[in-house]
Amino acid sequence: MVTYLFFLLATLAVGSALATIMSRSTVNSALFLVLNMVSLAGVYLLLKAQFLAIIQILVYAGAIMVLFLFVIMLLNVDDEQTIFSKKTFRNAFGFLLGGIVAGQLFYAIAGYTGVLPDISAEMTSVGTVEAIGKTMFTEYLFPFEVTAILLTVAVVGALFIAQRNPKSQN
Amino acid sequence: MELFTPELIKSILVMLGATLGFLLPSAAVVVYAERRVAAFIQNRVGPNRVGPFGLLQPFADVLKLIMKEDVTPTQGNRMLHTLAPLVPVVTALMTVAVIPFGDGLVVANLNVGVLYLLAVASLSVYGVTMAGWASNSKYSLLGGLRSAAQMVSYELPMGMAVASVALLASSLSVVDVVNAQAMWWFIFLNPIGAVIFIVASFAEANRTPFDLVEAEQELVGGFHTEYSSMKFGMFFLAEYMHVVIASMLISTFFFGGYHLPFAPLWLPELSPFLKGVLDIHVFLAKTVFWIFVFIWVRWTIPRFKFDQLMRLGWSRLLPLSIVNFMVIAIVLYLIG
Repeated sequence: MVTYLFFLLATLAVGSALATIMSRSTVNSALFLVLNMVSLAGVYLLLKAQFLAIIQILVYAGAIMVLFLFVIMLLNVDDEQTIFSKKTFRNAFGFLLGGIVAGQLFYAIAGYTGVLPDISAEMTSVGTVEAIGKTMFTEYLFPFEVTAILLTVAVVGALFIAQRNPKSQN
Repeated sequence: MELFTPELIKSILVMLGATLGFLLPSAAVVVYAERRVAAFIQNRVGPNRVGPFGLLQPFADVLKLIMKEDVTPTQGNRMLHTLAPLVPVVTALMTVAVIPFGDGLVVANLNVGVLYLLAVASLSVYGVTMAGWASNSKYSLLGGLRSAAQMVSYELPMGMAVASVALLASSLSVVDVVNAQAMWWFIFLNPIGAVIFIVASFAEANRTPFDLVEAEQELVGGFHTEYSSMKFGMFFLAEYMHVVIASMLISTFFFGGYHLPFAPLWLPELSPFLKGVLDIHVFLAKTVFWIFVFIWVRWTIPRFKFDQLMRLGWSRLLPLSIVNFMVIAIVLYLIG
């Protein structure tokens, strides 16, 4: 059951990731990215990381991607031209190189013989909200606070750039 | 690992009962109720021709929707246009999984249930934005984008209000939240959070006074301008299911879920079956009350302007909800 679900979600994740970079319409790309995030959340759930899974959907799929879509739809970006529309030597060479790298990757993956590892009992307790909260606010308090300050600085900076020039308003 | 454990079978039964037996028909009933209550408020008669008291009106409506021609805009995106109406319905149905209808009558008691509710609610924005974009019409697009902006803005105060509830219950599981209210409902302990949550749920359900998504004077039909037949029917269904779910969430988070007021003081010990029946009825009674409030508000309060909506969300509700959260956290810390 778990193995089956893993392969379903993994295929979905890889497929939607490929579709994200290959589809010509920007809106479709963004929507495939949402699907990718949701299937990744499913993989997290299989790893018993409930908190991470929910946050993945809540923050990335629910908030960030909505804003992405918002911008794309307002800009009304035209469809990208497919890279295969021009059969130049450079494209052919790039395709060849990509093929070689993909072959190496497949070779490496094929060498991996182990099936899905069992999730240890410790892992089950690590993924809960209580466990994450406890570690985050004791052991990793400093990095957490630094990240918080960094994000705040980024938001303030973005607001400063986005607002109209204060002088020109007078 | 055995696949069909008794717990799994029980949760499947509860799920089927909740979705097929309750949530889907409830949308039809709420449509009928809305039209009758609207007629009552406006001194009209309302639908009373189909069946006794017009009770069969929802069936006639559905039949009408199915018989209509299904039109897809030629310049639109056919795939997304078809997919979009499914999203709000699916997210509405997913929400029911963590709502307890009675003692032990819950599909899944997740330990992150409260966050799950917020996550699923945040996904329902996609239906409206996709519909708006795929229709390739400026009314639809503006409606969809308005809706996205509105839902993202009101998710934040709603999340903070729910966080204050989680603080009081000291758990993120919805079942624990309800059990913590056996004696004191959270409306008494956290009235500001309750008001914020109720206002935000009205905005999330796209109901008046926040129904700018489908402001007829400006946007014709908003995001569903280009929808007809059962695709429109799905949006219609989803809208009313979201009203039902918002009512269930308000009762669950602030009005004690399936608990009667101050039940531990006076309620005698009942047999599990009797208790279950009582729980479900208490919960449904509260839900029906809030559905009535939703309808009542729609027919009495005029619509906001968009700038007023945004100002209310970002510069009134959000700071208020953060302050409310901090005060509750400090008070809980001082009490210990």
